[in-house]
Amino acid sequence: MVPRPADSAAPEGASTDPWVPRVLAVAGARDETVGVRTLTIDPAAVDGGAGIAPGQFAMLYVFGVGEVPISFSGTPDDGPAVAHTVREVGPVTRALCALEAGERIGWRGPFGRGWPLAEAEGGDLALIAGGIGLAPLRPALRAVKARRDRFGRVALLYGARGPGDMLFLPELRAACADADIQLLLAADHAEPGWTGEVGVVPAFLPRLKLDPARTRAFVCGPEAMMRYTVLGLGDLGVGADRIFVSMERNMKCAVGLCGRCQFGGDFVCRDGPVFPFADIAARFAVRER
Amino acid sequence: MSIKGLDSILREHPFVAGLDDDSLAFIAGCARNVVFDADARVFSEGGDADHFYLIREGGVALEMFVPGRGEITFLTLGAGDILGSSWLVPPYRWTFDARAVVRTRALAFDAACLRGKCEEDARLGYDMMKRFVPVLAQRLQAARLQLADLYGAPAG
Repeated sequence: MVPRPADSAAPEGASTDPWVPRVLAVAGARDETVGVRTLTIDPAAVDGGAGIAPGQFAMLYVFGVGEVPISFSGTPDDGPAVAHTVREVGPVTRALCALEAGERIGWRGPFGRGWPLAEAEGGDLALIAGGIGLAPLRPALRAVKARRDRFGRVALLYGARGPGDMLFLPELRAACADADIQLLLAADHAEPGWTGEVGVVPAFLPRLKLDPARTRAFVCGPEAMMRYTVLGLGDLGVGADRIFVSMERNMKCAVGLCGRCQFGGDFVCRDGPVFPFADIAARFAVRER
Repeated sequence: MSIKGLDSILREHPFVAGLDDDSLAFIAGCARNVVFDADARVFSEGGDADHFYLIREGGVALEMFVPGRGEITFLTLGAGDILGSSWLVPPYRWTFDARAVVRTRALAFDAACLRGKCEEDARLGYDMMKRFVPVLAQRLQAARLQLADLYGAPAG
């Protein structure tokens, strides 16, 4: 039987059991690009956002359709709402992208390990995103901006298929200008009028104005893009122990029990999604279809 | 005020990292400083590839004209990059357009001069090839990644 809001064991907005979704209303919904939509949630509906950290995820449940893991693209620490930016790729994400403000969803979280921001303080930091991979890095960017004096040089390198596919552009430009963060925007393909770079993300790594020996890199994007990016960072002299990647696998329970997201000896939901590359380098080369 | 010689300007470019002083002075004889204003055409598809460039400052867009769409940029280059490889390959003809996107400073090498010096000094010629081939390989790899459309929707 498919649970419906009225059937849920959890009262509105309240659940401390990680298996039981909270039922809450979407506070806001906004299209970002074609097929990408941001849903916001009132922090009050999720304990004020307690425990939510950049790089973590929640399980979003569309009643009668299914549940999927979606990263936080905004946290109460860096903005007025909890945000999830969703790309339509299957039935559940299509249903999420069709939601309007006021409609109800099930929500479990926060889960997983996020970006090691505290560890990165005191050094240079490269935030490297491809496509929808910017979403999990956006709270990290906001956190760095809020504590800018704790970091050395910071750069954001963001690649997408085309300029029209880039997320949060005005916000990125303003944040980077305000906080002295180098911004490199790279479109794989561009029509006349685009003033950013054209080419793939790894090609622009040498342009990052950072000291490789004291740089940590947070990387999120399609796995092939991350593979070549990690190689490029290594060529520049950034050690594998200072490169962190956000992995995507098909998560189900989100608490490290079901094994659906098993990745070598780790569960991505519990031990990731953010991993030090040094810990997963051997597994990264395994060809999974 | 001191004026930098061409050798010392050339020495700052990553393309010649590790090149010995004699070889550097030898190839510097083929080079001159050039400046392109924003939006200036550096070279055009079909033209004689009689130079190649080491970009010192600024940025250059590599473009192809596509009827109905205009000039399509397929790669942008910046400081530290090499512009142009058609000078190496007969019939020495540019296969795309290059346009400065901002005011751009570069070192322009006379291709015939440099080819002549590479023929004259095979060791230098081999050294030049070892510097060019990795750049060409990187660009080929980047083109493959562009073709792979990594950001396209995954299956399912």
